[in-house]
Amino acid sequence: MPAGPGIASLAGVTQRYGRVLALEALTLDLPKGQLVGLVGPDGAGKSTLLSLVAGARRIQAGQVQVLGGDMGDRRHREAVCARIAYMPQGLGKNLYPDLSVRENIDFFGRLFGLGRAERAARIEDLLRSTGLAPFPDRAARKLSGGMRQKLGLCCALIHDPDLLILDEPTTGVDPLSRRQFWQLVNRMRQRRPELSVLVATSVMEEANAFDWLAIMDAGQLLATGTPEALLRDTGGETLEDAFIALLPESRRAGHRKVVIPPREEDATRIPTIEARGLTRHFGDFTAVDHVSLTVGRGEIFGFLGSNGCGKTTTMKMLTGLLPASEGEARLFGQPVRAGDVETRRRVGYMSQGFALYGELTVRENLELHARLFGLPRAAARARITALEARFGLEAQSGAVSGGLPLGIRQRLSLAVAVLHEPEMLILDEPTSGVDPVARDQFWELLGDLARREGVTIFVSTHFMNEAMRCDRISLMHAGRVLASGSPQELIQARGAVTLEEAFVGYLSDATDEAADTAEVIPPMPAGTGLAPRGAWPPLALRRLAAQAHRETLELLRDRIRLAFALLGTALLMLIFGYGITMDVEGLSFAAFDRDRTPESRAYIQAFEASRYFVGQPPIASEAELEERLRAGRLSVVLEIPPRFGRELVSGHRTEVAAWIDGAMTFRAETVKGYVQGVHESFLAEQATRLGGAAPAAASIETRFRYNQDFRSLYAMVPGVIMLLLVIIPAILMALAVVREKELGSITNLYVTPTRRVEFLVGKQIPYVVLAMLNFLALVAAAILLFGVPLKGSFLTLALGALLYVMATTGIGLLVSAFTSTQIAALFGTAILTMVPATQFSGMIIPVSALSGTGATVGALFPSTYFMAISAGTFTKALGMADLVPSLLALAAFVPVLTLLSVLALRKQER
Amino acid sequence: MRGVQKLRNILWLGLKELRSLAADVFLLGFVIYSFSFTVYSQATGVSHELRSASIAIVDEDRSALSGRFAQAFLPPFFQRPQIIPLAEVDRRMDTGRNTFVLDIPPDFEADLVAGRQPVIQLNIDATAMMQAGIGASYIQEIVAREIATFLGREAEPAVELQIRVAFNPNLTTSWFTGVMAILNNITLLAVLLSGAAVVREREHGTLDHLLVLPVTPFEIAMAKVWANGLVITVATGLSLWFVVHRLLGVPIAGSIPLFLCGVTLYLFFATAVGLLLGTLARSMPQLGLLFILVVLPMNLLSGGSTPFESMPRPLQLVMSLVPSSHFVNFAQAILYRGAGLDIVWPQFVAVTAVGAIMLAIALLRFRAALAAQSQ
Repeated sequence: MPAGPGIASLAGVTQRYGRVLALEALTLDLPKGQLVGLVGPDGAGKSTLLSLVAGARRIQAGQVQVLGGDMGDRRHREAVCARIAYMPQGLGKNLYPDLSVRENIDFFGRLFGLGRAERAARIEDLLRSTGLAPFPDRAARKLSGGMRQKLGLCCALIHDPDLLILDEPTTGVDPLSRRQFWQLVNRMRQRRPELSVLVATSVMEEANAFDWLAIMDAGQLLATGTPEALLRDTGGETLEDAFIALLPESRRAGHRKVVIPPREEDATRIPTIEARGLTRHFGDFTAVDHVSLTVGRGEIFGFLGSNGCGKTTTMKMLTGLLPASEGEARLFGQPVRAGDVETRRRVGYMSQGFALYGELTVRENLELHARLFGLPRAAARARITALEARFGLEAQSGAVSGGLPLGIRQRLSLAVAVLHEPEMLILDEPTSGVDPVARDQFWELLGDLARREGVTIFVSTHFMNEAMRCDRISLMHAGRVLASGSPQELIQARGAVTLEEAFVGYLSDATDEAADTAEVIPPMPAGTGLAPRGAWPPLALRRLAAQAHRETLELLRDRIRLAFALLGTALLMLIFGYGITMDVEGLSFAAFDRDRTPESRAYIQAFEASRYFVGQPPIASEAELEERLRAGRLSVVLEIPPRFGRELVSGHRTEVAAWIDGAMTFRAETVKGYVQGVHESFLAEQATRLGGAAPAAASIETRFRYNQDFRSLYAMVPGVIMLLLVIIPAILMALAVVREKELGSITNLYVTPTRRVEFLVGKQIPYVVLAMLNFLALVAAAILLFGVPLKGSFLTLALGALLYVMATTGIGLLVSAFTSTQIAALFGTAILTMVPATQFSGMIIPVSALSGTGATVGALFPSTYFMAISAGTFTKALGMADLVPSLLALAAFVPVLTLLSVLALRKQER
Repeated sequence: MRGVQKLRNILWLGLKELRSLAADVFLLGFVIYSFSFTVYSQATGVSHELRSASIAIVDEDRSALSGRFAQAFLPPFFQRPQIIPLAEVDRRMDTGRNTFVLDIPPDFEADLVAGRQPVIQLNIDATAMMQAGIGASYIQEIVAREIATFLGREAEPAVELQIRVAFNPNLTTSWFTGVMAILNNITLLAVLLSGAAVVREREHGTLDHLLVLPVTPFEIAMAKVWANGLVITVATGLSLWFVVHRLLGVPIAGSIPLFLCGVTLYLFFATAVGLLLGTLARSMPQLGLLFILVVLPMNLLSGGSTPFESMPRPLQLVMSLVPSSHFVNFAQAILYRGAGLDIVWPQFVAVTAVGAIMLAIALLRFRAALAAQSQ
């Protein structure tokens, strides 16, 4: 055990997610200045432990001390987070895929407040020492898995941390890159001997090289000590043996060494799989480059290679999921055709990860697939029962599959894949993340299927011990097959001792990456380059600027999104400005004239002459009146009674009925006014003509102000500007934040000194700028395209727009703080902005006519106030002084929304 | 045989889709929220009638008659009129405090009695589109009536006009807005649910698993269409009955089953649009933008918010190719006017035809997008 205080210590830490217990009363001291490994299968609690030490996750129960302080204390956490670097699980999870290598490192440098010159020097140094120097401008998303992890390491090391935390940094990385990665870590430790490194891994082989290990399983600590001590104590040959020996009796039960009997060659048959020159391009990228292979019946064929080397793409082409760009694949002697349903009945496929339905139970999943394969009911029931027994799933038959441990879920996936008794199985990394015991059980089943039932198995894996169990293997790298043969043949061909060594040999020949990493690195210049306290600009501002800078780069990279955001708004403006109209015109009108006299015709004529009504063929009967109104073909019907003319001439009173279609209330209200108006003027004219009645005693002169022609366009255009400046900025903003949550880069908020307000406001700035560009385009369209003059002060309108888009992006921020998936954010923002903006903000109905919830929602929504500013400046020639109250109201939304978003956003994961 | 199996696959995959939806608490909450609160607040929050219009009077006459005007504008149509000096007219109208200002000139009553035909000026804020026109005719009518009463000339007009409003006699706004809110929700949800389902499955790689089973993209897509469609149809039925009919007291003239049949036909179109957008978008932000570009015009220009016949002619033609306008049309016909299948069948045919074309395009794109799926 090391002397002196450790780098971190945990006491009685318990962490629980729902029903799953991740850590159970764990107590552990981690030594300082060493390469410390946490070893155990997936789900052992390693990641949880690391994220607690990094301060990324909130402590539920117990004590976590790191770098001499309590991580439960926010002040301590803020003080030490600049000394900790954390690389979460998943390849490049905390990187920004659209940014280049250099931009990624630069961002982290900015976050920690490094000056420009300092950053440039360090980036240069890190790029050279990691072998990334030849591709500083390549986007992170285009890097191979190994390179991504090296980049992650650069980002983690730019601020000279004292504690480096790596969560499964080499999972999914090829053996060569893995070896280089550890060389790199060791060199960094030589340069800074005080650096402590804490690593989690499920690859037992690589833990041999660590200084000190903590072996974990199911949230508990099994043992600690140096690798040598652990091997000595358990008497195992390898750490994997040691791990199995350390497991409690119940978990070990039934475990035995996997022995797969040798295969009997039968060369007479047609090969099950035959690929010749198989090639696949994605754009200008070649994912699979002339791959040829043959797999015989009953053979177990292994496929090895790093993530992204083309294994999955090859498997997809073999199953017909993906058409090949070139070359040919044959299954059972038949060419593979995409979408060929019959071949699929002979093939079982198990895709990477758990692709079954987590919300269904084990049995329901099996039943669903039995139905999809069209198995007869009775046969299906028998087969399912048999499979459950064989795969050890009986106990979990009724359990919801999503909540089961990974090992059991993988067995279920396999059961589903063999349900229809296929002749061939294609398994894409079936054992990633499965603990060694469960993995061995899984392989026993595979051996059984191949040897006893003659099923051909095509399997990809990262584990060398699994590869050793295959009849033949292919090594794949960058889309090409480097070598094929039996494991022994390959080892002999390279003159190596282990398969891993052979693989590394092949890879070194194929790449030149190995050469650059060997560069000798001068010791780091003395003194840290972190900006001193009190420097200008202050750190907080630098971090905010870093976020804004990064978001701007990402926004500029996503051309499609940018184009949609800019052109889309202009297009919508065009459609709405042109199309939304409150003018009530072109009303279809027909008369049911039961009089047919010159008088009745004159009356009808008065309506036909009005510009609001469009005459339709007259109505002949009561039934027709009913029918045509019901069909919605008429808006107004005049019914003139018999003897109308006679009564009118003789000065007797008579009456006329007007039927108005009341389905659309607004239109009906307006029509009522029109009908009344035409009627009155007819009477007045009639009176004048007959010379009997006195002229009108007084008249009313109406003046339509601000919009003399009473045209909708003038009223609508300011409204459309209001509408578009809320929906689009809010949705883009919400998705920008939630995207980071879903894709994982939010971790950088959790573990760097970035404060929540810096993160949010920094991300907000580019979207405010984008929205203001939108605003300018919309105003230009209003004036130039629609000819709606801006009568008031442009400056006031622009100031209002600025405050408004700050508020609307604020709404996006607030929604994003509550939601964790992009769908939720999209749904939530759409429904929360669309209804209030179109209905309750004065765009169609004036705010003064709202009542109840509508009025309340309107008053609490920023659009109402911007609508007043927009309409005021466009149509009423108002200036700054007139609109102060609206501007102030808008301004008030900004701090309130920001504050609420900051409060709702978590600085730590739960 | 294959046909039967196809149908069974669609059935079982759809049932699976329903299970997934039931497990997604957020989505369910969203559906419930939008079919209850959103509908209710739109129905009760908005008024198309003249209500609480703010009017001010500039009384330069200060006679008995001008005093009577101030008493004539009554709630609920008008707020109590404010008497203001002439100098304040511009400011009050500029700030939107008053939508209407009635200016009674000096010596109005005297001129009236002397038969000199004086003129009253009515200022209207014409940017308040929905109130301006309706309010103007109300005010003219009230003023004319007051003058006639004052002059004792209440002679009955030679022809009495009886205005009868069919299908909504009192022109209660909530009858209109409540139902239109449901229609907007249907479009919104159908497009969003099916579009997001495609993008999500693609992002999470679960589509791959389905594709290695003996099922075709057609079956996968149809399962999504019927399952999402069923949820929305049921939600629509419940919302129509409980929120619109029971809670808001809107009488429903026609047959609800017939309306739901129409909704089902329309949903084929709307979910197909969603599928199509889902295949076009590469990420959720892109889907969000596409969604706005498509759904917003579909909802706002279909005649559910503004009068369809007043839109420019070319736009009317374009929109008549979009089933949402037929949807609004037959919804109004069935629910308000009690129309039967004999009347709405042309709309049903139009919706089905465009829906079928859309579905075919969406399926083609869906299949192509699956094939081109990167790695």
